Amino acid sequence: MANLSPNALLLGAFEQLGAVGWLFFKTMKNLFRRPREHHTLLQQLEEIGVRSLPVVSLTAAFGGLVFGFQTYTGFHRYIGPGSETFAGPIITLGLAKELIPILVGLMISGRVGSSMAAEIGTMKITEQIDALHSLGANPIRYLVVPRTLAAFFMLPCLVLYGDIIGILCGYFYNVVLMGVNRVMYVQNTLMYLEIWDVATGLIKSCVFGVVIAIVGCWQGMETEGGAEGVGRATTRTVVISSISILILNFFISKLLPASLKGG
Amino acid sequence: MIRIIDLHKSFGPKDVLRGVNLTIEKGETMVVIGQSGSGKSVLIKHLIGLLKPDSGEIYIDDVEITGLDDDELMRVTRKFGLLFQGAALFDSMTVAENVRFGLERYTRLSEEEICKRAAESLALVGLNEAECLMPFELSGGMKKRVGLARAIAYRPEIMLYDEPSTGIDPIRADAINDLINKLKNDLGITSVVITHDMVSSYKIADRIAMLYGGEIIEVGTPEEIRNSSSAIIQQFIHGQAEGPIKDW
Repeated sequence: MANLSPNALLLGAFEQLGAVGWLFFKTMKNLFRRPREHHTLLQQLEEIGVRSLPVVSLTAAFGGLVFGFQTYTGFHRYIGPGSETFAGPIITLGLAKELIPILVGLMISGRVGSSMAAEIGTMKITEQIDALHSLGANPIRYLVVPRTLAAFFMLPCLVLYGDIIGILCGYFYNVVLMGVNRVMYVQNTLMYLEIWDVATGLIKSCVFGVVIAIVGCWQGMETEGGAEGVGRATTRTVVISSISILILNFFISKLLPASLKGG
Repeated sequence: MIRIIDLHKSFGPKDVLRGVNLTIEKGETMVVIGQSGSGKSVLIKHLIGLLKPDSGEIYIDDVEITGLDDDELMRVTRKFGLLFQGAALFDSMTVAENVRFGLERYTRLSEEEICKRAAESLALVGLNEAECLMPFELSGGMKKRVGLARAIAYRPEIMLYDEPSTGIDPIRADAINDLINKLKNDLGITSVVITHDMVSSYKIADRIAMLYGGEIIEVGTPEEIRNSSSAIIQQFIHGQAEGPIKDW
């Protein structure tokens, strides 16, 4: 790496971008083509959705608690006692729009993206992908499409579930532990929260789902060099998809309107 | 019929195929021999579209396949069965699921017919009791036979065998040779066999082609190859360390 010129590095980066873009294009092209792999899709829905519930629960719960704690402290210290009832909308907005989609995206890229890369990478080095091809099966249709669809549909479900857990934990910290007025807390939350705030998080999570699946499958299919190669592919998947999630999150936040009520 | 015309393929600075020309007639068993690393597997992977050549043409029944798009290539690919060197079984599926894979997806056979076809294919390779086993429960030889059952279940017109006798005992290897001959005689399957096992080559080949230096240097019947005047071929078929082949 140290010997590579900036031009070579740039060229390499564009090549990689081209490869992942091409895989995305081919996945979209094969999305509605037959035969549809319903069995693999169901398996992936379970793997990405149901099996991620424990990790999403924990992440969202502690995310909600710590966000609740910091928001309470902020209002209590800088604005004064009584103002903590306004923590409700801040916590809900922050969790639903930003924190939960990012936390869930990062957790799923670590849990599911890496496992996709490892599974497909192992199939690649043991010639199982070539075997699919030799049996007349399109590896994109069989491997990538069901994973991408499953991630696209399951990430928003997980984020919605994480929103509920996180918001309840923020409520628990403020109202139950710190004695903030329950009626005012809920009233303020409902007054300022829009459905669009939750929808923004869900839209982001759909994009994150596709990114995680495409990067995981791409790295798996690019795997070379035995067990070491599989290890490299899984690490790269987590790094690339995590960074992509953080970068995309910013741009989607900027692109989507802050509110649908105008202004 | 398969026609390979002036096929070139490089990996980085290494020229693996440097102008391969070969014609394989319908119903014939062509054995391609050559040293390890000489490009035999690369050649076979081009026939099924797993690799794209740098230049050259491949005709399968008069259809040039190197320029086909994915879907057109898949249609041609379904004429082929491929036995991989390492069997390449799907390790998340049972033996029966492996064998049924192509049948369930790309044929209009009924469930009953699929079961019957899978059982027949497994019986042909002597593994009808292994349907419910997972690949990790099989020996190397058994994996290879399941790989063969999976490839022939589809009733391909052309079978490609990548080192069919490697990693199995001589008796099983001979049984696989008999099976290759049986498939050819009973079903008229065209076969391309990649091997460096000369005993098997003489038993199954209609013709033998020697791949050396990225080119086919001689093609002939087993008898012609045995009596070849080429020092390279004589060194290879007699397995001698001394001779014109130095790069081992």
